[in-house]
Amino acid sequence: MVYTKFKFSLNTILLCIFLVSCTDNKVGAPNYAGNYSKEDGGRLINAMTGEPSNLIAMIAGDSASSAIAGNIFNSLLKYNEQLNYAPEIAESWDISSDQKTITFRIKKGLTWSDGSPLTSKDVMFTWKLVTNPNTRTPYGSDYQLVKKATTPDAHTFTVTYEERYAPALDTWASLHILPEHLLKNEDINNTYFSRNPIGSSYYMLDDWKSGQQVALKANPLSINGKANINNLISRVIPDTSSQFLELTADNIDLMSINPIQYQRVFPNRADLTKKISLYKEMGNGYTYLGFNNKKAPFNDVRVRKALNYAIDKDEIIKGVLLGLGEPLSSPYKPGTRWNNAELKPYPYNKNKAISLLQEVGYHKNDNGFLEKNGRVLKFEILTNQNKQREMTAVIIQRRLKEIGIDVSIRVIEWASFINQFIKTGEFDVVLLGWSLSLDPDQYNIWHSSQQGPGQFNFLGYENKSVDRLLEKGRMELDVNKREKIYHEFSTILLDDSPIVYLYAGYGLSAINKRVRGIKEPSPPAGIYHNSHDWFIPKTLRRNEISDN
Amino acid sequence: MKKFISNTLAMAGLIIITSVLVAAITAPILSPYDPNFIDIESILMAPSYSHIMGTDGLGRDVFSRMLYGAQISLLVGFVAVGISTGIGILLGSIAGFYRGWIDSLIMRIVDLMLSIPSFFLILAVIAFLTPSIWNIMIVIGLTSWMGITRLVRAEFLSLRNREFVLASETMGSSDAKIILLHLLPNSMTPIIVSSVLGIASAVLVESGLSFLGLGVQAPTASWGNILTDGKEYIQFAWWLSLFPGLAILLTVLGYNLLGEGLRDILDPKNKQ
Amino acid sequence: MITYLIKRIMWMIPMLIGISLISFFIMHLAPGDITSTEASFNPKASEESRQRLRETYNLDKPVMVQYGLWLKRIVQLDFGSSFASHQRPVLWQVKDKNGNISKGLIQEALPITLLINLFGIVIIFTISIILGTLSAVKKNTWVDKAITLFVFIGFAIPGFWLALLLMYWTGVNHQWLPISGLHSLNYQNLSMFSQLIDLLKHLVLPVFISSLSGLAGISLYVRNGMLEILNQDFITTARSKGLNEKKVIFIHALKNAILPLITIVGLSIPGLIGGSVIAESIFSIPGMGKLFYDSVLMRDFPVIMGILTIGSVLTLIGNLIADLGYAWADPRVRKGIIK
Repeated sequence: MVYTKFKFSLNTILLCIFLVSCTDNKVGAPNYAGNYSKEDGGRLINAMTGEPSNLIAMIAGDSASSAIAGNIFNSLLKYNEQLNYAPEIAESWDISSDQKTITFRIKKGLTWSDGSPLTSKDVMFTWKLVTNPNTRTPYGSDYQLVKKATTPDAHTFTVTYEERYAPALDTWASLHILPEHLLKNEDINNTYFSRNPIGSSYYMLDDWKSGQQVALKANPLSINGKANINNLISRVIPDTSSQFLELTADNIDLMSINPIQYQRVFPNRADLTKKISLYKEMGNGYTYLGFNNKKAPFNDVRVRKALNYAIDKDEIIKGVLLGLGEPLSSPYKPGTRWNNAELKPYPYNKNKAISLLQEVGYHKNDNGFLEKNGRVLKFEILTNQNKQREMTAVIIQRRLKEIGIDVSIRVIEWASFINQFIKTGEFDVVLLGWSLSLDPDQYNIWHSSQQGPGQFNFLGYENKSVDRLLEKGRMELDVNKREKIYHEFSTILLDDSPIVYLYAGYGLSAINKRVRGIKEPSPPAGIYHNSHDWFIPKTLRRNEISDN
Repeated sequence: MKKFISNTLAMAGLIIITSVLVAAITAPILSPYDPNFIDIESILMAPSYSHIMGTDGLGRDVFSRMLYGAQISLLVGFVAVGISTGIGILLGSIAGFYRGWIDSLIMRIVDLMLSIPSFFLILAVIAFLTPSIWNIMIVIGLTSWMGITRLVRAEFLSLRNREFVLASETMGSSDAKIILLHLLPNSMTPIIVSSVLGIASAVLVESGLSFLGLGVQAPTASWGNILTDGKEYIQFAWWLSLFPGLAILLTVLGYNLLGEGLRDILDPKNKQ
Repeated sequence: MITYLIKRIMWMIPMLIGISLISFFIMHLAPGDITSTEASFNPKASEESRQRLRETYNLDKPVMVQYGLWLKRIVQLDFGSSFASHQRPVLWQVKDKNGNISKGLIQEALPITLLINLFGIVIIFTISIILGTLSAVKKNTWVDKAITLFVFIGFAIPGFWLALLLMYWTGVNHQWLPISGLHSLNYQNLSMFSQLIDLLKHLVLPVFISSLSGLAGISLYVRNGMLEILNQDFITTARSKGLNEKKVIFIHALKNAILPLITIVGLSIPGLIGGSVIAESIFSIPGMGKLFYDSVLMRDFPVIMGILTIGSVLTLIGNLIADLGYAWADPRVRKGIIK
């Protein structure tokens, strides 16, 4: 350690302070290598960078909130390990022959964690809530497509859509059902319940220390059965360097890590790999370079293609992700059925880029920059504060400079980004990410009707065939036909090059070896999918004073 | 001058600041690489002969980036303090020379500015105006002029009734002439000392803003953002945080030692 | 004394107006219409929050009227509620119709920041007085120089870097101290005494880091003050009376050198309330600095304006108390000779 010298100078000053507070925490070395069988109890400590805001997921919208709420609430159905629909609150569902009505049959004997029964009334209440114009939720539009909802009895809930709506089941798999008896007289936008929820899933709220931690405990009345681990504690640790120190000091059990930690830190630290396992799985989003398709010169498809050829995606994956990611050629998760495997990313080809730009009328000027009608080809890449995106932008900047394009980079924090650039459309090129959803519908992002201020097609992409395919895809319930529609959509999108797909990074997690039952290799639904089934063997637990 | 040389700490400060200045000016000559040259084949390499301070997460040469970062740190320090000293001298002179209601008004504004946590003000303004190196310098300058205003005013008040000032006044010199020829030159000591100390604070504020992601933006190298990049790997790529950390430490220390040394030497009270 | 007090309080009124003006116009600094500044991507939510903003801040009225109406609410300590989806009150707890209490954001954050910074101030002053006196007494010796160097290093070192090094050293390598947070996980199960020890252990590093940077200013102040006083007539008189040197230094000189520090305490109050965004992020402490920073990033205007106003007002009150303390301690002021 090079900073040893420096630390010693502080040694003497600090010593007096430490002596007062020094205690010995050393425990005998645990045996991580052993085989253990499932045991109840224990406590899992997790870190998050921000505090959850509101545990009613339809209102909240931040990732910390949805992560915690997901442990407390259930939906009618869920995705199983293989990403197929599986029962949760509903034991089964039927789709009518005209494919417009879905009938959910709700399991009998379900209860909320306060002991009250959970019935179709609660489902109905939740639907009314999410479609109520006074509810401040961004997700309402999906459920407003339901023309009629009824509850023939306590265990049946039917919805009828105006038109066939293919993503319907997906939307019901993501809507947390809320208890009517606690919320019917409340203002859903501002209720005590949002930070003191009562749910039906594996866990219930135990204690919430504002700004510090959210503690959950196993819900004995869980409709999914009991989780193995008794206490789930999520600590708020805003700084990821502090999180990593806590992980290495054994104070937290899991955190997500970055490629450098995965590739460079762990392989060199036997003391860490002895007690911490690393997991790698396909991530849930992709990063792209998006052009302002309405603005010159990006309104010319040849310019967009040229830029696509001029960017070396493999180099970015290697440099920014240390190889821990994959290139993309459609907005779908590689390996899933929606991804069109026949499509290949634009290969890195400098000459092709230059000849395309020459075709448009650009030529090199005396300073070595590309110029057309006296105007140099220059633009600004706008990105938000995200280390990986910053690094990506720097690499792209260098590559484009090589062919004579003058690129500047501007990094802006999120609120300004949205308000000053995205909502106003005043940008050249953005470097951002989209998450990869399980349903292939991409209407919100690519349909030409979705360009209003604050809507998702802020790149101003318009293509009649894409519009038609997106409309068709939403109404097609036959999975094979749907697959064909979205494969065609991906083909057109790739050819039009409104964005340059840069990479889909892997999700990387470091989990302490005391946590057992993690599936390897990770199933399509990801390693956290069976976290209720994880367990911590008694002999590997921390000194825990009480476990209730 | 003799006094200065004998003051070891001030000398040390001067040497540090001079070397940083030299490093910043000669950066284009001294740096072995382009500070923004990316080499993904040599990411996070420990210091060696080819990269004496190692490489960062994009394979860029840390030594070259440190040299160019010195330019940014100096720029931020000097411009920010230039702004605050300018405002401070202007308002302080007016308050100290004219006294009366204008003095009360200016002093109330000073009290007002001092009662608002200044880092909060800087944060809010920079976030709202979007961070850029110019915004950072201007905002630091606009939130740190109060000390100099007070100093200049106090000096003026004590000089105001000295014979040479009164003499000049009776001879019909204009206010501006009295201020510029007599009052200001005689108040330079505290102004210089406090400016030097102000530069030290500005350098620290920049590194703090970088930590929060509101500092000088990529790909421009500043010590603050090199250090911030390095903090993630403090256990592994120690060179990424050690060099910028030490550079900030030494530079700020240098300005402080120099400033305090100047105070000791130039202060007439210490001439007994 | 009474007239002085009244005069001082009267002075606060224009100051308060100035503070409210600055806090109010910070909101208008964000480019464009402030109703468009919301950190969300959601057309619907933002339209609604715009409407809410227009109503709350009377945005259809002229700016000065908006300011007047806002001031009227602030005077009644009504700071509104956060724009975040939890909509918690900015300042103080409210009860809903079922009697459930939802705590105020400042109400929760301020005590934490105050606790840390009060500890910090006590430590800064104690150490500074010792170091400053020592420096003055041993003027120009190596002791003086070592002390000067030490306090300046403390000031110059980037706090978050030192913090991480110390966290690594004391928390990971030696496991002497907790790394981050305010309480251990089993805090609830501890006895009162152990809870206190637990809290103190968590505070060691944050307080140390925040104190270190403050030593330089104050210890130099004490040093220079001491030097000045040691050369003054009454000390020379005391010495010539044959009083013991230690007694001279500690009783006569120190007392007079410390007196002006009371004003410095007043001046350090903004930092005391503001806390440190950086230290609070690194050590995961939910104090005022972190609250402010998060609010700035989310454009949570009620919280931003609330913190600026409350912070400044508390500073003014602190300054008033400091001035009164000074007046009380200094007989000249007390008798109305000065001011």
